[in-house]
Amino acid sequence: MPAAASAPPLRVVRALRDGALTALIAFGLFLPLIGFNTVQNIRNELVLETRWLLLFAMVATVAVLRFLYILVVEPALAERAARPPGEPHPISPTLKRWRMPGLLAFLVLYPLIAVLIAGPAAGKVVDNFGIQIMIYVLLAWGLNIVVGLAGLLDLGYVAFYAIGAYTCALLGMHFGLSFWVLLPLAGILAAFWGILLGFPVLRLRGDYLAVVTLAFGEIIRLVLINWVPVTKGYAGISGIPRPTFFGLPFLDVPNGFAARLGLPFSPLHRLLFLYYIMLITVVIAAVMISRLRRLPVGRSWEALREDEIACRSLGINTTNAKLAAFAMGAFFGGIAGALFTARQGFISPESVNFSESALILAIVVLGGMGSLPGVAIAAVVIIGGTELLRELGFLKLVFGSEFDPTQYRMLLFGFAMVVIIVWKPRGLVGTREPSVVLKERKTIDASLVREGHG
Amino acid sequence: MTAPVLRVEHLTMRFGGLLAVQDLSLTAERGHITALIGPNGAGKTTVFNCITGFYKPTEGRIALQFGAPQLWEALETLTQSGERGHVRADGSLFLLERMPDYLVAQKARVARTFQNIRLFPGMTVLENLMVAQHKELMRASGWSVLGALGVASYRQAEREAIEKASYWLEQTGLTERADDPAGQLSYGQQQRLEIARAMCTDPVLLCLDEPAAGLNPHESAALGDFLRAIRRDHATSMLLIEHDMTVVMEISDHVIVLDHGVKIADGTPDEVRNDQRVIAAYLGVEDEEVGAAEAEVGL
Repeated sequence: MPAAASAPPLRVVRALRDGALTALIAFGLFLPLIGFNTVQNIRNELVLETRWLLLFAMVATVAVLRFLYILVVEPALAERAARPPGEPHPISPTLKRWRMPGLLAFLVLYPLIAVLIAGPAAGKVVDNFGIQIMIYVLLAWGLNIVVGLAGLLDLGYVAFYAIGAYTCALLGMHFGLSFWVLLPLAGILAAFWGILLGFPVLRLRGDYLAVVTLAFGEIIRLVLINWVPVTKGYAGISGIPRPTFFGLPFLDVPNGFAARLGLPFSPLHRLLFLYYIMLITVVIAAVMISRLRRLPVGRSWEALREDEIACRSLGINTTNAKLAAFAMGAFFGGIAGALFTARQGFISPESVNFSESALILAIVVLGGMGSLPGVAIAAVVIIGGTELLRELGFLKLVFGSEFDPTQYRMLLFGFAMVVIIVWKPRGLVGTREPSVVLKERKTIDASLVREGHG
Repeated sequence: MTAPVLRVEHLTMRFGGLLAVQDLSLTAERGHITALIGPNGAGKTTVFNCITGFYKPTEGRIALQFGAPQLWEALETLTQSGERGHVRADGSLFLLERMPDYLVAQKARVARTFQNIRLFPGMTVLENLMVAQHKELMRASGWSVLGALGVASYRQAEREAIEKASYWLEQTGLTERADDPAGQLSYGQQQRLEIARAMCTDPVLLCLDEPAAGLNPHESAALGDFLRAIRRDHATSMLLIEHDMTVVMEISDHVIVLDHGVKIADGTPDEVRNDQRVIAAYLGVEDEEVGAAEAEVGL
């Protein structure tokens, strides 16, 4: 609507009118849904309660959002639509050059910043907003190889995460293997299971592959639940040995890390140590995956996603290429699983249900399939955002003391999904970087890149 | 007398009740362009799919040979042995009907293009040509292990692959578009890129499925010149499915005509052009007239 865009006062009027109208509709809808609440009292009688404040807050939120949408979002969308497609925002060369080192420096200094700002709460910040996010970054990058590069839809990815985590837990408990042996071992075992799963299912395509991988994820979870003598079933495995600093445990004991270095004991040390292990792992993973993408095997994955028949006509063994993708994806899943047990010290089948698979897949899709930075940003937004919801206690002042922001996690998650689908249907970074360049590096528009067929 | 590169013998392909190709035998000579023509639905693409391993023929033998022609003598023993092929230092002989599609391309060195172009649209033109050199690059990268470590020999191999791709880009006039996604090329450019991609695999036999479809007369003529240049400069024999008779008659050494899965003519372009059965098949004359025409040519 270019005419409306050129007349801002008119837009404000329209936004106000729309906001009021939306408030009216919301009021009509929410009055029975939120305004009235039936509860049982102590004598089992049904009592009607009214929640005017909550109703008012909800209606106001909806009205304000609609107002802002008309005023801010709509002109922005119109402007975006008017811009010629295929011309991404130019990035200044200085920014481009310092982007990666700057990011790395920030990640290295992040715990220190957290300590300076958050003080005693730094442990929680580093753990929830650092280690946990990076575990998901690793998981999403692993799945990104399978879904984003090779174009194979895997709905049971969390199975490899589970294999890595249980490998680490069981071998660590029963054989006393050190974390440093277990970390690669978890990845390798998960990759082995990836190949094992791959052999029978990779002849399937599309929906059929998705269903079989989903079933595989469930099988692994059910085995973990029911094989009680080994996995302890629902109870899970606790007391898993934590990684040590070259043999020094992070415990308040005489030969502990803090005591040996003459520091006062703090649980923060362990978290900082884990944070840097995570950071190093993630950096290595990033280097490895971006290298793989430029190798013939990575190119064959992308070619597979683009056209499998053409691949075969060029002499590429597509079964091997798919198996390699599955194994590589599973490898990173297994590593992430091992790091997860190192963080928790506890693992149970609860942590590896289907919703985890769906969450990881959502990160990959929202990030833009195939793009490492996009997927990492999506992981930060989704996992960090979820964690942030736990910290929003002040919302209780607005919505009443019974309001629990974390309960709205899925609602907001869905809302974020819809926003991204409307705003960037191919994910945050939908464009594709070529793996090899003759003269000039040009990013490839998302509309040309295929999504794979299975 | 040149030796054949490909021998198809008694090829029959049945899809349920449909007999797509019936007892077809044909020979493609080394260094020749052999055209396979016929009306729509004659079974030409089915023959291609059988040769390139995308279909398993119901019956018949498809033998391909390169290197020393004496290897043809081993054909019967190879057939008896149940093996896929003989690979010797001086040449190789393969039975294509026993091989899966990717091995036909990888080991027997048969490359193909598709009727409905199958490029990798989201990858650049150069990347398309790099994927075609998968076999060499995979070996040079030590099945990814050495490549991931950034070993110099792999980087050298990659440079050579880019050079080879550049050669074919030049041949097809696509050098300027090397870093553009293949999906952005015009139709004619995509067709040329598909041929270049097939040639990057160093094929012994190149199977082209309607390369001139959708081209204007000027572009068709350029395509004909290009194919002749390939035949001249590279040890590549060609099998060509084409509806554009100008192209077929101009560049083919040998023409085979199919109709309803049966071979109805086989010879030089001139012989085929004047064959009554071919004319009848193409013009769709009445059955009596076909009979009359057949009587006339003494069948």
